Amino acid sequence: MSRRVTLNLGYQGNTRDVTVVIPDDEPTPWQWGERLSVVGKPAPRVDGPLKATGAAHYTYDIELPGMLHGAMLRSPWPHARVRNIDLSAAQHLAGVRAVLALDDREIRFAGQEVAAVAAISSDIAADALKLIKVDYETLPFVVDMDSAAKDSAPRVFGSGSNIGKVKHSSVGDVPKGLEIAANTIEATYTTPVQTHVCLETHGAVASFNAAGDQLTVWCSTQGVFSVRDDLAVYFSLPPDSVRVVCEYLGGGFGSKFGATPEIIVAARLAKTTGVPVKVVLPRADEHRSTGNRPNSEQKVKVGVDHDGKLIAIDLVTRGSGGIGGGAGSAGPFGSVYRCANIRVEESNIYTNAGPSSPMRAPGWPQGCFALELAMDEMARKAGIDRLEFRRRNSDNPVRAAEYDIGARAFGWAEKNEAAKSTGPIKRGVGVASAEWHAVGVSGPEAQVIAHRDGSVEVRVGTQDIGTGTRTVLAIVAAEELGLPVDRVKSEIGDTRFLFSVPSGGSLSAPSNSPAVRQAAAHLKDKLFRIAAPILGAEPNDLEASNETIRVRTNPSRAISFTDVCKRIPGDSISAQGERVPNYAGFRTDQAGCQFAEVEVDTETGIVRVTNVVAVHDAGRIVDPLTARSQVNGGILMGIGFALFEDRRMDPQLGIMVNPTMDDYKLLGALDVPQIDVTFFEVANGITNTGVMGLGEVAHVASTAAVACAVYDAIGLPVRSLPMTPDRVLAALGHA
Amino acid sequence: MKTRKPNAISRRSFIKGAGAVAAAAGLVRVRPASADEKTLPPGVLEKLGPEAATIELNINGKPATLEIEPRVTLLRALREHLGLTGTKLVCDRGACGACTVHLDGKPVTSCMVLAIDARGHQVTTIEGLGTPSNMHPVQAAFVDEDAQQCGFCTPGMVMSVAAALEKNPAATTDEIKHATAGNTCRCGTYPHVFAAALRAVKPGRATRAV
Repeated sequence: MSRRVTLNLGYQGNTRDVTVVIPDDEPTPWQWGERLSVVGKPAPRVDGPLKATGAAHYTYDIELPGMLHGAMLRSPWPHARVRNIDLSAAQHLAGVRAVLALDDREIRFAGQEVAAVAAISSDIAADALKLIKVDYETLPFVVDMDSAAKDSAPRVFGSGSNIGKVKHSSVGDVPKGLEIAANTIEATYTTPVQTHVCLETHGAVASFNAAGDQLTVWCSTQGVFSVRDDLAVYFSLPPDSVRVVCEYLGGGFGSKFGATPEIIVAARLAKTTGVPVKVVLPRADEHRSTGNRPNSEQKVKVGVDHDGKLIAIDLVTRGSGGIGGGAGSAGPFGSVYRCANIRVEESNIYTNAGPSSPMRAPGWPQGCFALELAMDEMARKAGIDRLEFRRRNSDNPVRAAEYDIGARAFGWAEKNEAAKSTGPIKRGVGVASAEWHAVGVSGPEAQVIAHRDGSVEVRVGTQDIGTGTRTVLAIVAAEELGLPVDRVKSEIGDTRFLFSVPSGGSLSAPSNSPAVRQAAAHLKDKLFRIAAPILGAEPNDLEASNETIRVRTNPSRAISFTDVCKRIPGDSISAQGERVPNYAGFRTDQAGCQFAEVEVDTETGIVRVTNVVAVHDAGRIVDPLTARSQVNGGILMGIGFALFEDRRMDPQLGIMVNPTMDDYKLLGALDVPQIDVTFFEVANGITNTGVMGLGEVAHVASTAAVACAVYDAIGLPVRSLPMTPDRVLAALGHA
Repeated sequence: MKTRKPNAISRRSFIKGAGAVAAAAGLVRVRPASADEKTLPPGVLEKLGPEAATIELNINGKPATLEIEPRVTLLRALREHLGLTGTKLVCDRGACGACTVHLDGKPVTSCMVLAIDARGHQVTTIEGLGTPSNMHPVQAAFVDEDAQQCGFCTPGMVMSVAAALEKNPAATTDEIKHATAGNTCRCGTYPHVFAAALRAVKPGRATRAV
């Protein structure tokens, strides 16, 4: 049933043997120094030509015969009760096929869905929304966190407090630590609400069969199966009667899990009208209503002993996820650096603003910004070099090695020592540490199929949020079968395939790749059974490489993969694989560090990031090319968070004042620094591929590194994000 | 090119932005129209709308006949009337570049151009630049350098880079940064876009097919 294998795991200069028990039908996990032919080689993403030519079909591109266009009416009021909705004028507009009043009569943020229409064109649907008359009883509201936390504040949820459950955790004795510390600092750091700004807004196309008992939904989602399950519950259908498809999606970043309102509405309208209905959100609705990263206010105290070792960390953090919960930033504080006395108090304040949703390493970029800037303030006060201070307080050997690699690539020693210019433009450098734990989960199953024509297909019910999932899965299957990547086609994004988990939490590559490898191994066994009699050998004596199946001990006895496939009795032969639970491997955490260099114009307050060096480990890197894309993206989203992005609410009207892509400031091409990415390979043996996720760990430290560099440049910390010119000038005393 | 008749029926509403005046009045200074000429105000040469009108466009080198209301943007005409869905709508206000097409070889945001104003011009879309089996060198370079993640900004990004290289085949990274300054990529793919542009400028580079 199972077998014990001893694996050599670790990284360059530090490997050890680890014995694990694995199922009999599971391929032996790849070890340190494993010679692989396609895994680890840069490969263009397999669906690149479709994307580069506009041929990739997104939900937004789907057009079905007879399809109607849906649209949703949203409350202009941040807090109200819907007394009455008059749909009649909208219903009578020519071209309108259905009008729905939505169930929730309690409005808690400006932008909440109130009603929906389906019409024969999107113009008519928009016109119909204007004809819906809603009688609102407006109620007192609060959109800023400080006001919401007061006893006298209007309540967001009836009589309940606006202050959510306060989470406390503590190790050691923080007051004592601060008391005996040789040096302490105390400061408050704030970060704004950030919106996801998926370029493809949330959207869905829904279609019921004539009997109304089979639902098909195409939607822009990070989890086809989670949408399926939500819809099955909502419509009281067996899950098998709901099919969810997402071939391509234009960004998610954590905001596209489950059956979000536009998916439900599209399906309800489809059910009512008996024809397919498409709902795609306008940009402003995407900003206001589909999720955001909560803001944070982090009160931090840090103490060090005479040796520059952390002796106390105290964090009181609160934030507001609007009507959603989920604010918090404590993650990095108790984890990245070693400290015996840590106290954390974390709370979420409810406000009448759009709901939060997970966003790329939830809580960590905020927490890392505060922790790392506090580390720099502490190091400066204690008179210790900032990188040395971090080394002294980190006990992760992977991170220590990464500091060395990064510092060398960045030129830390010289840049950190360089004298500041006497002119108005000041250069500065910063370093920040990342951490994540993207080991993936069991659950996914994969199918790998060989066809008589020699082509191979991988099928998994996962989806690609842009990380290159199809490519990674094709590479893993190709490796196992001894094929070039272009002979393998990946089919994903459909609940008709075997189950997989949502693409979030950096789960996709580490959760799916081991299932695909196991399935490919099982398929290989079947092909070996076909090849064995031809080669006059036992199946166990065969191996597959270079598009050939051969006898291991006598490689001249061989048959091409294509010729074996020609002997498949039917049209194809397939095998399944499952993702088994994680083994106790080498390490389950990921370190990583990023170095940033900035120029600050002390006359205008404008910050430019000129250079970033990133060093990351993510177990085994399957495709360094697409992996580098992810790291670039994590860094750039972090720079945008550091310098530009800020959801602004009008406290008088309770509405978002910048729900557009010009007023909500995003990083652009001219803001992009030189970026240098190094991957630090770790053979972790946690799964048969040892692959870990990368999307989040690459984003955790980016904002912090920039903030630390700005501090170095001007000698004063800018403790509030975004570091806009006015904030930089205020820090310099020019306000 | 075959025209799909839109399922929109004629109903008047107003397009926001630059085209508002012309669209609201249904009056366009493009070319003489015979029938109403005498009744038009001085200086106005043509009356169109608010009902759908038949217009001719040149899309990707082929003539296309469309029956559309004057309020319809070039972007929506391409997507909803001609089935050319490679061009994306993202911001709907000329701020993100996802809908970039070429008008007589120059990049324009098609969400800010009325379809009727594209008459008499050569329109090139991402589909006209190349196909998966016969990619334009810029498209091939985007694949080779992985200048794409979710891919939603990619068509607009490709069109901006292709126009910049058409203008200056030896464009520098700095020029490419300026050429793509109006194209937003939320995945943060810019460094690979710059690399792809530089790869595409190399002379004699063969088109990569899949």
